[in-house]
Amino acid sequence: MAPQAVERITGRGCVLRGDDIDTDRIIPARFLRCVTFDGLGEHAFEDDREQAKGNHPLDNEDMAGANILIVGENFGCGSSREHAPQSLLRFGFQAFVGLSFAEIFAGNCTALGLPCITLDKHDLAALMDSVELDPSQEIVIDFRSDQLTSRAGTVKAHQRPGPKKQLIEGSWDATAILIEAGQEIEATANQLPYVRNFQ
Amino acid sequence: MAPEHTRCAPERPSYSQAVSKSLFDKVWDTHSVRELPNGQTQLFIGLHLIHEVTSPQAFAMLRERGLEVRFPERTFATVDHIIPTQSQARPLADDLAESMMVALERNTQQRGIPLFDPESGDQGIVHVVGPELGLTQPGMTIACGDSHTSTHGAFGAVAFGIGTSQVRDILATQCLSLDRLKVRRIEVTGALRPGVYAKDVILSIIRRLGVKGGVGHAYEYAGDVVDAMSLEQRMTLCNMSIEGGARVGYVNPDEKTFEYLRGRRYAPQGDAFDRAVEWWRSMASDPDAAYADRITIDGNVIEPTVTWGINPGQNIGVNENIPLLSDVPDDERPGFAEALDHMQLRAGQAIVGTPINVAFIGSCTNGRLSDLREAAEVAKRGHVAANVKALVVPGSQDVARQAEAEGLDEIFRAAGFEWRKAGCSMCLAMNPDKLKGDELCASSSNRNFKGRQGSPMGRTLLMSPVMVAAAALDGKVVDAREYL
Repeated sequence: MAPQAVERITGRGCVLRGDDIDTDRIIPARFLRCVTFDGLGEHAFEDDREQAKGNHPLDNEDMAGANILIVGENFGCGSSREHAPQSLLRFGFQAFVGLSFAEIFAGNCTALGLPCITLDKHDLAALMDSVELDPSQEIVIDFRSDQLTSRAGTVKAHQRPGPKKQLIEGSWDATAILIEAGQEIEATANQLPYVRNFQ
Repeated sequence: MAPEHTRCAPERPSYSQAVSKSLFDKVWDTHSVRELPNGQTQLFIGLHLIHEVTSPQAFAMLRERGLEVRFPERTFATVDHIIPTQSQARPLADDLAESMMVALERNTQQRGIPLFDPESGDQGIVHVVGPELGLTQPGMTIACGDSHTSTHGAFGAVAFGIGTSQVRDILATQCLSLDRLKVRRIEVTGALRPGVYAKDVILSIIRRLGVKGGVGHAYEYAGDVVDAMSLEQRMTLCNMSIEGGARVGYVNPDEKTFEYLRGRRYAPQGDAFDRAVEWWRSMASDPDAAYADRITIDGNVIEPTVTWGINPGQNIGVNENIPLLSDVPDDERPGFAEALDHMQLRAGQAIVGTPINVAFIGSCTNGRLSDLREAAEVAKRGHVAANVKALVVPGSQDVARQAEAEGLDEIFRAAGFEWRKAGCSMCLAMNPDKLKGDELCASSSNRNFKGRQGSPMGRTLLMSPVMVAAAALDGKVVDAREYL
């Protein structure tokens, strides 16, 4: 998958309320018994959905086909498993909008070209209410102007500068960027006493 | 401090630093390769640890791109998450686990990466194995595709949990692209009372600062309580930094750190060890280093601690009651109700006396020799309650050998505990060790998330190994100090 520049995401939202939703809930550990990420999409939030008996937002027919997952605070905390954003990506989500994101989760999303957008608290509450009332509405996230537009209005969409730049420039494939350092990597390594075995 | 980000490598770093810095800043600056166009830093990673769950896709990505492993001598592998703790005979009974094992064997063999598998005698949980082999050293950057990589900070290393794409980045370049973290100094003052352990300290810190309080931060743990801790206790402390939102946690290296490392297989030997100590000492935070903020925790008042909810911050002293709804801020009330509902507990009720079904002693948090010794002291005073299934899972084959040499396995068996082989086991239940239905488990592990221990309705109470052992004997949550 070659990186592509992402300047704007347009689509519909799915509202998943609740704070501190951890990656064990996003993708339970038993589905990590695999050697590829293929097929993880169907298991996103599997146990929560099972327990909700059809009433989970991911099973809400009105929100079917949504590509923007709207969440609360500290989303993606816990395990570093990249399987979590991989499963949500494969389920069909292209962006996350929330109050805050756990650090490793956000880093994993950046590596996959998935934006993690944060809104101010009242803006997020208004967006959640609005999308629940009218799930069919169009949501537009514009990364250049840092704005999110929905029927609740146009609000400031915050994103950390690094990931934002990478998305807009299509430079979110870190391996390609890191390789460009060339021999500087060895030069840095050779300055470290432990790399030289303290000789 | 701005990172050194010239495009040329800095001169040989001076062992005496002119400007006061924290250990984090010293490590960051000495490992910075360059500043990246996105504003992040390209950071050299001194030690890369891999396991079977988060590495196979990274190797596949390397193959797709035709890339080599840039520094194969800086990556080490073990198998821990999926390994059964009863029979480890090959092929593994679970086909999926076997395929992961085979992938790890093939990838490490093809790329010239050492693999500590069960046959090597060095296998175990990656965060137990790294330190005990002397791979983990002060002043290093360390990364592993596992959030509990923060454990290695106990040695004064800066250790990051990463995802699979970042495992690929390191295999290909030995570097990560990262934002510099702020450093919060957490001083735990006074002295712990008998029956209170590092597990209780870190749970208390998370209760105080919250499960997201550490986002964007490295936690530097200090103070008399931390100074007095053994390296194994410091590992427990640093291990759960991520449960407080802090990706990195560390303790400055001291004489105990150096003595722990002396003579270990991958530690420097002879004169090189003396030179290493000099450098390690120079990497510790300067006395007047600046921090983003400082927190003080009174160690004298920390109680044996137990979680009652579905995140590690939802915890109380064993003799406290679960909070009342009126004690909970408005915006946390939905989560509070959800936690109690899942746990089948009531607001305001005592946690002491809560009946348990399963007791689990082990994990990268509390599966080391000192943990097993402490738990065995309790186990020898009774027998596991009739209705309780109790497991002891050593953190590594080396821990198991040492415990067996001391007769700890016999103590546990005689008391009705099962003595298993090394692995992650019921911490996250990727192997056959799982809760069933809504079983309640007293667990020395690190996460009480819904479904974490293998059953969607399963329930977890986190606590120290001593508290787990006492709960196993009584069949319910009890103040373990009654046994000490």
